[in-house]
Amino acid sequence: MTLPGPATVMIESDQPVVELIDVERVFDTTPPVHALREINLSIAEGEYVSVSGPSGSGKSTLLNILGLLDRPTSGTYLLDGIDTSDLNDRRRASVRGQRVGFVFQAFHLLNTRSVLDNVIIGQIYNRIPRSERKPRAVAALERVGLGHRVDFRPDRLSGGERQRVAIARAIAHSPSLLLCDEPTGNLDSGTTESIMALFEDLHRVDGLTLVVITHDEAVSARAPRTVNIIDGYLTEQ
Amino acid sequence: MKQAVTSRFSMIDLVNESVAGLFSRPGRAVLTILGTALGVGTLVATLGIAKTAGNQIVTRFDALAQTEVLIEPISQPGSRLQSVIPWDAGVRLARLNGVTAAATLSQVPVDGLISAVPFNDPLRQTEFSFNVYAASADLIESVRGTIATGRFFDEGHSERADPVAVIGPAVANRLNMTRVDQQPAIKIGERIFSVIGIIGEVAREPSLLSAVVIPDGTARELYDLGAPAEVHIDTVIGANQLIARQAPIALAPNNPELLEARTARDPREVRQVVQEDVNALFLVLGGITLLVGAIGIANVVLVSVIERIGEIGLRRALGAGRRHIARQFLFESLLMGLIGGVIGASAGVLAIVGASAYNQWTPVMDAWVPLAAPLVGAAVGLVAGVYPSLRAASLEPVDALRAGV
Repeated sequence: MTLPGPATVMIESDQPVVELIDVERVFDTTPPVHALREINLSIAEGEYVSVSGPSGSGKSTLLNILGLLDRPTSGTYLLDGIDTSDLNDRRRASVRGQRVGFVFQAFHLLNTRSVLDNVIIGQIYNRIPRSERKPRAVAALERVGLGHRVDFRPDRLSGGERQRVAIARAIAHSPSLLLCDEPTGNLDSGTTESIMALFEDLHRVDGLTLVVITHDEAVSARAPRTVNIIDGYLTEQ
Repeated sequence: MKQAVTSRFSMIDLVNESVAGLFSRPGRAVLTILGTALGVGTLVATLGIAKTAGNQIVTRFDALAQTEVLIEPISQPGSRLQSVIPWDAGVRLARLNGVTAAATLSQVPVDGLISAVPFNDPLRQTEFSFNVYAASADLIESVRGTIATGRFFDEGHSERADPVAVIGPAVANRLNMTRVDQQPAIKIGERIFSVIGIIGEVAREPSLLSAVVIPDGTARELYDLGAPAEVHIDTVIGANQLIARQAPIALAPNNPELLEARTARDPREVRQVVQEDVNALFLVLGGITLLVGAIGIANVVLVSVIERIGEIGLRRALGAGRRHIARQFLFESLLMGLIGGVIGASAGVLAIVGASAYNQWTPVMDAWVPLAAPLVGAAVGLVAGVYPSLRAASLEPVDALRAGV
C-alpha cells in the first residue's frame, strides 16, 4: 500500500503534525481578498491550540487549509510531513479522510440515520475494515459519554449530545489532527463548558492534537496555546 | 504509522449508503419509482398483450378461415367471363386432395316477391323480398352449415331441374314455416317451388340464412342462369393455400389467370401485422411514459442533491472523493429505476393475465420481456442520474459545508 513520492515520507516522532510555511491565500475576487498572509505555524503532536480572531479575519480560511478543504495560493503545508501542495484532488480527499477529524459548528449529522451510523460513516472512506468499524464507533461514543444513545436519532438529542456524536465521529478513525470550527457556537454556556472539558480530556488523556477555531475569548483562553488572526496575519499570544 | 493510500468506497458501503439515502425520504422515493414502474409496466403489458392477441387471432383463424377458399372470376367488364366457372366445379374440385367439399353459388335474378300462401291476405304482409341463390349439392358442407329440418337437394334435383327449394331460417320465420314433411309450397314470382329443407346455421356466407336456395339445374332451366358466380371450397386444415393455387387450374385449365382464389392470410403474416399494429401504438406510449419517468427520477435526484449539499460536504470532509459522491447518487438513481422496473414488470404481467382472463384468451409472452424489464428500469435510472450525480461531484467541499447542514 506504499505509494511513491513525497506522500509516503515516514514521520519522525519529533516531526510536527502541522507545518505551515509562508502560506498565503488570496481569493480571486474583484478586488482580490488577501485572506491569509505569510502564515508560519508549527503544531507538534499532542498540542492543543486555539485560533481566535474576529469574524472575517481569516480563521475559517485557515481551518479550510489545515483540513485540506482548500489549497493555499502560495506557500507549503506539511501535514504529518506530507507536502499536501503536490497532491491531486483524490489524494487530498484520502489524506483528509485518514488524518483529519472535523467538528463543525452545525454538527453536520445525518438526521435519518442512527447515532451509531453517523459515527460509522466517518470510517467508510478510510479503508478501515468493516469488522473494526462498529467496535471503533461504539468505543468513540463511550469515550464521549454517549454509550447509552447508540440507537437514537440525532434529532432526538440535545445540542450538547449532538456535538458529542460529531466529536465521536471525528475521533473514531484516530486522526492525526482534530479540527474544530466554532464547536460551541450553537451551544449554551453550560453545554459549552462540558464540551470544552471533553476537549481538554481528549488532549490530556488521549494525547490528541487539537486545533479549535473560535471567536469566543473564554473558549480560546482555555487552550494551552493560543494564536490570533487579524486581517490575515497570524500572531502567537 | 499511517500511509497515504487513497480513499475507497466499497460496493457494500455504496449499496448501504444509497439504500439509506433512498429510505431517508421514502414517500418521495415511492412517487419517483412509480413513474418508472408505469413506463416499464406499459411496455411489458404492450408486448405481452400484442403477443397474446396475435396468438388468439391465429387460433381463431386456424379453426375456420384456414380451411376456406373462395374462387371468383376476376372482376373485369365483359360478359365472356361469366362462363369461366364450369357447372361441375363442385365435382371437379372434390377430386383434389385436401378438399373436403366444394360447391358453386350464384345469385339468381328473380322478378317478383316470395310468398307461402296462394292468396293475398289484406290484414298481413304475405309477400317478401329475399335473395334467391342457385347452388350445387355440396353447398352446406362447403360453408360448414347444418340443416335444421328436411334435407338439402342433390344432383338428381339439379339434373331434372326440379322446382325444389331450401330456405334459410330467417325466411322460414317470415313465412311461418317450421316443418317441411308436407313439402309446403312457396311462390317465387309466379313459379311454385316445394320446400324440402330449412337451413340451421352456417359458419360462412351468413347471407344464406335469409335466402332461398334452388338447384343449379333448376336455375339454368327456369332463369337462364349463364354460369356459377363463385365456388366455395372447404379444405382440411393447412391445405387452403395449396388448394388456392390448384383450384383455378382445375376449373379453367385454359385460362386459370381469369380466376381469383381468395383465402385468409397466412397466420404468421396475420400475427405479425397484429403485433405491429398494437406494438407501434403502445410502445410509443410506453416509451413516452418511461421518458417522463426518467425525467422524474432526474428531477428528484437533482432536488435531493441540492437538499443534501451539507451531507455531500460532510462526506467530502470525511474523505470521500468526487467519484464516491457521484457513485452514491448515481446508484440511488439506478436503484429507483431498478425497483420501478421490477414493480412495472410485475404489474405488466398482471395486466396481461387480467386482459387475457377478461377476453378468455391464453396469456402468451416472451420469457425475456419480464426479465429484461428491470434492466430497462435500471438503465433509465442510470441515465437519469448522470447529470445530478455530476452536479453533486462538482461541488467544492468548502462551499458545500458552508451551504448546508
